[in-house]
Amino acid sequence: MSDLFEALFHAAPGAQPLFTQVSYLVAAALFILALKWLSAPGTARRGVIAGEVGMGLAIVGTILLPEIEVYHWIIVAILVGTVIGVPIALLMPMTAVPQRTALSHSFGGLAVGLVGAAKYYLWLGEPGKLPPFIMAVIALEVLLGFLTFTGSLMAFGKLQEILPTRPMVYKGQNIINFALFAIAIVAGIWLTANPRMSILFPLLIALALTFGVLLIIPIGGADMPTVISLLNSYAGLSACAMGFVLDNKLLIIAGALDGSSGFILSVIMCKAMNRSFTNVLFGAFGQVAEAVTGRKEERTVRSASPEEAAQILESASSVVIVPGYGMAVAQAQHRVRELYDLLTRRGVDVKFGIHPVAGRMPGHMNVLLAEADIPYDRLYEMEDINPELPQTDVALIIGANDVTNPAARSDQSSPIYGMPIINVDKARTVMVIKRSMSAGFAGIQNELYYLDKTLMLFGDAKGFVGEMVKELGHAAPAALTPRPPLPKTGEGEKVLAKV
Amino acid sequence: MDSLMPSLYVFVLATFLGFEVIRRVSPLLHTPLMSLTNAISAISLVGSMVILGEQKSTLTAVLGGIAVVASTINVVSGFLITDRMLRMFKKRETKS
Repeated sequence: MSDLFEALFHAAPGAQPLFTQVSYLVAAALFILALKWLSAPGTARRGVIAGEVGMGLAIVGTILLPEIEVYHWIIVAILVGTVIGVPIALLMPMTAVPQRTALSHSFGGLAVGLVGAAKYYLWLGEPGKLPPFIMAVIALEVLLGFLTFTGSLMAFGKLQEILPTRPMVYKGQNIINFALFAIAIVAGIWLTANPRMSILFPLLIALALTFGVLLIIPIGGADMPTVISLLNSYAGLSACAMGFVLDNKLLIIAGALDGSSGFILSVIMCKAMNRSFTNVLFGAFGQVAEAVTGRKEERTVRSASPEEAAQILESASSVVIVPGYGMAVAQAQHRVRELYDLLTRRGVDVKFGIHPVAGRMPGHMNVLLAEADIPYDRLYEMEDINPELPQTDVALIIGANDVTNPAARSDQSSPIYGMPIINVDKARTVMVIKRSMSAGFAGIQNELYYLDKTLMLFGDAKGFVGEMVKELGHAAPAALTPRPPLPKTGEGEKVLAKV
Repeated sequence: MDSLMPSLYVFVLATFLGFEVIRRVSPLLHTPLMSLTNAISAISLVGSMVILGEQKSTLTAVLGGIAVVASTINVVSGFLITDRMLRMFKKRETKS
């Protein structure tokens, strides 16, 4: 019996106790199950529990490793991390989810980079510990880790609006970035050949840190969903590289899962914008668009008051609400829920049409609407809502712009031509809540606003929806009050005129 | 060095597995997916713990210490916030 205990919990230095080996194996399986369960809303919470159990097992298994000699510092560090992490998770408003995600990518990158640096300096002093392969992986780990660290910090700054969200571009930017990256690669290869050239190591770190900053500077707010996914992928790959350095397969598996997840998400985001990776990373969207905005002319739009808008919504039988980043900025999701409740109670069929890149990270709108208690079976993906729009009475757009611009379908000269959009212009009436007539992120005028069937509702999303809610709430049950005549709206079947 | 090939096999298989499992995740859950994978990849905590616990030199202990704090923040806040988000996703039937 004591032999079994001995084998389970003790091992010679350099070897792993059986318990550790088994706990790592089970943790790896649990992580895979966690992602599998997360794929459907019904089982998703089970996925989180599986992940937590896996993580717990891995931590206990690590504590038992014979290399660990000092425990109190580990306990202190874990406590400090917990004290910081719990309030972040519990107190942070849901509108700040993209920022938190960016920040946690940067912490992940930092941890990996630091471990890589520690291992390098540790092994530098021990002869024969830095064979070329290990050195190459350490260089990769440090490069990816520190690049993710500063890149994600920059993304955080842009999302938090500490930094300007517009792309920052200057002449020769791409050349400088490529040159810097090339120098970093050369430094990495040189180190691999001569691990003792320790002067190169801080240089590599400095290059990685700088490259991370420069990589994100030219990227604008609307491209954040892709960039966050890409940084997610980098964070995973750097953890993977760490697994190769430490010869730890659990790290390799967890890192590979994270890496592939981030990669898939960024591909989905790119497809949803009809753009390529290179275009997102090196394209600087705002720039391209400026040329097109030149032809500006005075055109009239029709606008409506909250009272009129409320009446139109009330008399509709089907409404599709298309939310965008503006809803998140105005924190209007709870007002939108009240509107949804009032309309649903009056028998109006209310659905939400969600574009994959609406907001600042993948799935941003879904989380906000779920927070406001809107049932998730009312949230429709772009492909599912588009066929329904021709039979929809009213499409209400709240804080979305470019993802509804029909120019993406019809105007070959438009920078967003080819991007899949939500075809709100097919609905019988279109209402757009917007603060002013200013162009969207891409800097392009939206032809939608000038259609006969479109009503512009000028105001802050939260304020305007609030006014409509007040109007609907005050009115007696719909059947008892005579309805005032509705403003005339365009014919539903009319296909979009060429713009 | 001997473990290089097995490690590469593990990497390749885990990547393909990740693609297969994650491709089916509903777009509804993209944000929770990202925070969960984020928490999972904070498994770098185990590597950081070893560096800190070995106490080979002051430098590595300090680097390891910061790494443990950073990864713990990700583990704790990542799992908690994913659960907080998922609790909000409700179907219509359960509401009324």
